Amino acid sequence: MSQFLQQVINGLSLGSIYALIALGYTMVYGIIKLINFAHGDVYMVGAYTAFICTAWLGFGFFPALIASMVVCGLLGVLIERLAYKPLRKAPRITALITAIGVSYVLEYTMQYFMGSEVRTYPNVLPKTIYQLGPVSITTHQIYIFAITIVLMVALQFIISKTRMGRAMRAVSVDEQAAELMGINVDTTISFTFLLGSALAGAAGILVGIYYNTINPLMGLTPGLKAFVAAVFGGIGSIPGAVIGGLFIGIAETMVVAYGSSLYRDAIVYAILIVVLIVKPTGLLGKNQREKV
Amino acid sequence: MPKSIFTKENLCWVILSAILFGVLTLLMQVGIINSYYKITLFNICINIMLAVSLNLVIGICGQFSLGHAGFMCIGAYSAGVITKMIPNYGGLLLGILAGFAISAVAALIVSVPTLRLKGDYLAIATLGFAEIIRILVQNMTITNGAAGLSGIPALTTWPILILGVVIAIVVCSNVMRSAPGRACLAIQDDEIAAEAMGINTTKYKVLAFVIGALIASLAGALFACSFYVIKPSQFTFNRSIDILVMVVFGGMGSMTSSVLAAIAIGLLNTILQNFTDLRMIIYGLALVIMMIFKPNGLLGKRELSFKKILAKREAGKEAS
Repeated sequence: MSQFLQQVINGLSLGSIYALIALGYTMVYGIIKLINFAHGDVYMVGAYTAFICTAWLGFGFFPALIASMVVCGLLGVLIERLAYKPLRKAPRITALITAIGVSYVLEYTMQYFMGSEVRTYPNVLPKTIYQLGPVSITTHQIYIFAITIVLMVALQFIISKTRMGRAMRAVSVDEQAAELMGINVDTTISFTFLLGSALAGAAGILVGIYYNTINPLMGLTPGLKAFVAAVFGGIGSIPGAVIGGLFIGIAETMVVAYGSSLYRDAIVYAILIVVLIVKPTGLLGKNQREKV
Repeated sequence: MPKSIFTKENLCWVILSAILFGVLTLLMQVGIINSYYKITLFNICINIMLAVSLNLVIGICGQFSLGHAGFMCIGAYSAGVITKMIPNYGGLLLGILAGFAISAVAALIVSVPTLRLKGDYLAIATLGFAEIIRILVQNMTITNGAAGLSGIPALTTWPILILGVVIAIVVCSNVMRSAPGRACLAIQDDEIAAEAMGINTTKYKVLAFVIGALIASLAGALFACSFYVIKPSQFTFNRSIDILVMVVFGGMGSMTSSVLAAIAIGLLNTILQNFTDLRMIIYGLALVIMMIFKPNGLLGKRELSFKKILAKREAGKEAS
């Protein structure tokens, strides 16, 4: 039982990271119906930014967190402006191929400049292990939980209370109507990318301190898993992304703990296929009638 | 009355293939194509097969599949395992057939539920499926896990390979012109309208998907028996993207352009072999730029058609 609880804690911390990435997917999908394939690589850039800040420039944890969020946010806006904006009216497959192209560019540009080797993260946070009854929890995990919760509350606040958040919701319901109501659609979409990518940047540094290693191709698999998380929760739904992320994190940890670590990725794809067969709209997604 | 296959048009195709085959064989015999360039040539041929079969699924039927490497993987491992036990052409044939059987079943399993999904969901589902195949292969004992199979007999000779390429091209371009192919084109144009016209969309989508998977599996089998070694890491998501790049560059929906793109990219890969990172950056940028400025590919939907050329010549003669 204590091992099970321990695995739940581990799963939740991994799941929090997935949830942060999944939020970016779900927000972008909600607003322009694009699977932003490059999102996983934005998260990789976040991990590298934080690595450069802490290991080379000697920043502390929080300045590095802010730096990577800012860099990723701006990168997200840049990608949207250069690559996705000209394609807003194009068929979805076109946009998806573009996203794959952007993902390649990010991965291999990073590899070109930083080398393909795995880098070890510096210890910016003290690693103390606390015993809470049967389970133990590390400072890193506490940081991950705390930062995830703070960011999610902030996101919820932005989306539900601010003008920009209201504009985002309006654009995701009906872009043209929103434009007629005087909302600047371009700015709103860019802002969505800014938020989503900043969250991915935060996830990047968190994964860096959690796993201690980063490499230029690290974005692909967590990116896909976060996408699965977003689909599981109902793509376009913010709480859905959080639930999905935590679920995927726990499922993966359980497979590693009780099954075989070789199947840790397979389980996630299996979940995806089951969700798509049973309930393609996801847990909290709305059913949409098909329009001609 | 069934049309005769001995038309002028088909004759032209046979002559063209024979000339290409003859010239390349000669170049190999003389030694201009040395063993180093031969690898490039073999890679190009296998990529042509993969590209035309993916084009059938994406360009003709409009179903965005990112799992082509998975079917290639099935074909490669079926042929690899069987030819290691029976190292002769019977074994290769058996391996290809086994690959066909497994890929057909796998394609049916993945396509029946997922082809109901639209564009991007389908893409991710097929991607996930291909990854599952790879992870299974990586964990089975018969496939020797992550280390892969080595010492596969090199049964893919040049004539067999070219035969495979011709089969792939003939099958794909003829499917395109058949009644099911027309149905697929209609689905690609507008699925709801096609359904309203009485086309069983699921049936034709599954059909195109399975044919594509079979040819990918054939390509995989020939791949396994050309290069002695296969490893699960050769059949990752990146391989699917490589094939996709060829289809997109050439122009979705045109078999000719897939073939040309496969050749061009194969040559480019050899030239840029020592600059892997740069090559990938160029591919990525090219994909983005292509989609923004020329989403139909370099050649669009144009095809090399002897029928048209012959018709033009006839018209020219009559005019003079």
